[in-house]
Amino acid sequence: MNETTNQEKKTFWEKLLSIDRRIIFLFIAVAISVPLFFKTSLDMPVSPVVQEVYNAIDKLRAGSKVLVSFDYDPSSMPELQPMAESFFRQCFRKNLKVIIMGLWPQGPLQANIALEQVFKDEDIKAKNLQYGIDYVNLGFTAGNEVVIDRMGHDFRESYPADSRGTPLSEIPLMKGVRNYDNIDLILNLSAGYPGTMEWVQYAVDVFHVKLAAGNTAVQAPSMYPYIQTGQLAGVLGGMKGGAEYEIAIKNPAKAVSYMFSQAIAHAVICFFIIIGNIAFFSLRKKKTS
Amino acid sequence: MSGEVIGVWIGAILTLGIFSFLYKDNPFYKFSEALFVGISAGYWFVVTFWQYFVPKFWDNLALAYSELLTKGRVDYHWIYLLGGFFGVLMLLRLVPKIGWLSRWSLAFIVGTTAGLQFTRYLESNGIRQVVGTIKPLLVSGNMNATIGNIIIVVGTFCGLIYFFFSKEHKGAFGGAARVGIWFIMITFGAFFGYTVMSRMSLLIGRMDYLFGIWLGLY
Repeated sequence: MNETTNQEKKTFWEKLLSIDRRIIFLFIAVAISVPLFFKTSLDMPVSPVVQEVYNAIDKLRAGSKVLVSFDYDPSSMPELQPMAESFFRQCFRKNLKVIIMGLWPQGPLQANIALEQVFKDEDIKAKNLQYGIDYVNLGFTAGNEVVIDRMGHDFRESYPADSRGTPLSEIPLMKGVRNYDNIDLILNLSAGYPGTMEWVQYAVDVFHVKLAAGNTAVQAPSMYPYIQTGQLAGVLGGMKGGAEYEIAIKNPAKAVSYMFSQAIAHAVICFFIIIGNIAFFSLRKKKTS
Repeated sequence: MSGEVIGVWIGAILTLGIFSFLYKDNPFYKFSEALFVGISAGYWFVVTFWQYFVPKFWDNLALAYSELLTKGRVDYHWIYLLGGFFGVLMLLRLVPKIGWLSRWSLAFIVGTTAGLQFTRYLESNGIRQVVGTIKPLLVSGNMNATIGNIIIVVGTFCGLIYFFFSKEHKGAFGGAARVGIWFIMITFGAFFGYTVMSRMSLLIGRMDYLFGIWLGLY
């Protein structure tokens, strides 16, 4: 009887190890999709690195000028777009002047999408923000890190005009802005190259600007050493960073709602890792015995 | 049916086409993949032409020409001809007999990039990081900082020991290397965890598109 049970157990673990990968895909698909139907918001603490980003913006006085570089494209939208929207919300609520640019061709278009979303908020709509006075989109210019370097000398070397073709000298917001000395904070939203690393190398370490970053989760661990050395003020790491930032600005939105799916999916993955390891070790024990 | 609705439908159908590969390879997937690759290539060609070639090369040459006509001399815009010359050399790869000339352009790119990156990378990712690991092991009145600093110093030191292969990893040296490998594994684990989160985020974005934007189920 015992021998029969052992035989069944062995078969069970072996079957488990050779499970069709499509079954795992199905589990993940369900784990991701079902929570989207429940508008549940997970309560999560704001980590210090995210709080630092919030504080860096919160400390600025009304009228301060912030530069935001959109260095990503639509493929990274689920992670970075919520950060962009939250950033605009915090800046406009504090009456900061926002200068938008991009080192990726589609970056400034992502900024326009985020602005469109943020302008739907009643409190921001009431401010009647004007293009060229409260915010400006310089658009994309080719050159990667060379653009960052040249902007340190004069913005006009890289951007003679904004994305609408208006010369910078004719834009009220850009009056008095020559280089990074006239910028109070830079936020870089990055999904790769050129991105945060280039901003640290060419803007922070050469022109000593204050830089905060929002990164895809793949990039985020590489950015944390820059916080410890003071090269970065703070980091929003992936969707979780975006969700924490939404909580910090007291405006839970997409990232927070997505985190429920994220949590369930991670739990399913952990479950499969544990089961896979148990199966592997029990089979190895059987073989050695 | 508005253009936006048609766009959403096309996006959803192509998303399903790509996802269908998870079941098995099929013509629907192949069509979606080929369409994606083709459109990407076309899109990037247009972007490269209008965002790089025209503003950086053509417009500057036009400026040089107008300078020549108005002032009788060209200030510095002639330098863009050099860039154009190297660009043409790059295209010579398409002519096998003189394809070797493209190496000049590549050598220029590799040389300038290496020169530009060397000092910046060394300072930001080398020296500043080394300085960041030189920390006091005891911070009076702050236990968290003390523990954090010890972890940074021990982790960095032992991690470096692991990559020192001129001495056999035995005894105290071997012990330090083993501690180093633990730190390295924990780092890899953190990277892996973040990568999983990133990939799940992309999937969440697609699922939200399918169920929320396309089907409007919530």
